[in-house]
Amino acid sequence: MNINLTMIGQAIAFFIFVVFCMKYVWPPIMAALQERQKKIADGLAASDRASRDLELAQEKSAQELREAKQQAAGLIEQANKRAAQIVEASKDDARKEGQKLIEQARAEIEQERNQARDALRAEVAAIAVAGAEKILETSVDASKHNEMLDKLAAEL
Amino acid sequence: MAGSASEYIQHHLQNLTYGKLPAGYERADGTVLQEAQWTMAHNAAEASDMGFMALHVDSLGWSVALGVIFLFIFRLAAKRVTSGQPGGLQNFVEVMIEFVDNSVKETFHGRNKVIAPLALTIFCWVFLMNLMDLVPVDFLPQLFHLMGLEYMKVVPTTDVNVTLGMSLSVFALIIYYSVKVKGVGGFLGELTLHPFSSDNLFLKILLVPVNFLLEGVSLLAKPVSLALRLFGNLYAGELIFILIALLPFWAQWTLSVPWAIFHILIITLQAFIFMMLTIVYLSMAHEDTH
Repeated sequence: MNINLTMIGQAIAFFIFVVFCMKYVWPPIMAALQERQKKIADGLAASDRASRDLELAQEKSAQELREAKQQAAGLIEQANKRAAQIVEASKDDARKEGQKLIEQARAEIEQERNQARDALRAEVAAIAVAGAEKILETSVDASKHNEMLDKLAAEL
Repeated sequence: MAGSASEYIQHHLQNLTYGKLPAGYERADGTVLQEAQWTMAHNAAEASDMGFMALHVDSLGWSVALGVIFLFIFRLAAKRVTSGQPGGLQNFVEVMIEFVDNSVKETFHGRNKVIAPLALTIFCWVFLMNLMDLVPVDFLPQLFHLMGLEYMKVVPTTDVNVTLGMSLSVFALIIYYSVKVKGVGGFLGELTLHPFSSDNLFLKILLVPVNFLLEGVSLLAKPVSLALRLFGNLYAGELIFILIALLPFWAQWTLSVPWAIFHILIITLQAFIFMMLTIVYLSMAHEDTH
């Protein structure tokens, strides 16, 4: 067992290797390891966040669906009401129209009756005059007895 | 046979040594050096006579080559690193880095940019150096013998110089961080005022040498035990492989295969222990416990 300069040579080599390892080997690999750790942590956090977002979106969509349903129900109700109103209004209109028609008809009837009555009156007067002539065997001067005849016609 | 067996073992345990022989030294081939000379040792005696001024070329070469392989692979992964889907190489490198990072975080709670890469380097490098133990003991030495190199010890961690070089570096870091975190006074206080303490000033001063002896031994034991644990395990493992290699070739596998499988555990465990103890020692250096 000779103790000699080999010891010092080995110590020098050891020193150089350690320095090299410390400067050029350890830091880049350690940095990569830490970066990967960070990436994985970020990925996990992102997936957490995404699942939370999904939950929120699902909740939101359910909420919106509910609202839409409500809105639709409201619209239908409104439409029904409106339809009923329209039906009611058209019924009203029809009733009014009918009434008007009836009144018109009545007026017409009245008018025709009056015409008929006037015609009848004139005819009755003529008939009366004719009758009277026959009775009297004389002609009645229409112009002389017009006043009397008109009075008679008015009584009819 | 006994002689040749012990020669075989000795030969396998001899490092390829390049060092300085003193003037007037008689070499193995009988020549006498006129002046001090840097040269390759031709046998074990020459290598040991070189004393401290020698380099184990094989240990250093293999350890540096393995360290370069480790850093090359990891640097390749670091260059192509992506935070997206990782490829095969990046997966492997990430597993290693996360393993080391978790080990560091479990033990060391301060903020220090050096400890984790240091631990990674120790684990991978020591593991690769230990792994050379699984290469059949004669394979690489024979190959280098053909290339004209007499000795070749391919497992750097079976060389106590290598493990000591690393553990003393760790020891230097222990001292550096102790002083940096606690200050010179705090560190000296830790060494001299504990574990025995007293409210009486006179007693306190009297206890300083006792404490210093205890704490000094426990401090010095750290790098020595760190180095010798790794060295001892791998040296013993290598020795057993060499002993198995002395058997007839058709019988070797009955022992070498189970031992190699068991050794996979030792190799990994020793690399892990070296790394873990380094982390523990450095985290102790950071803690102001007293």
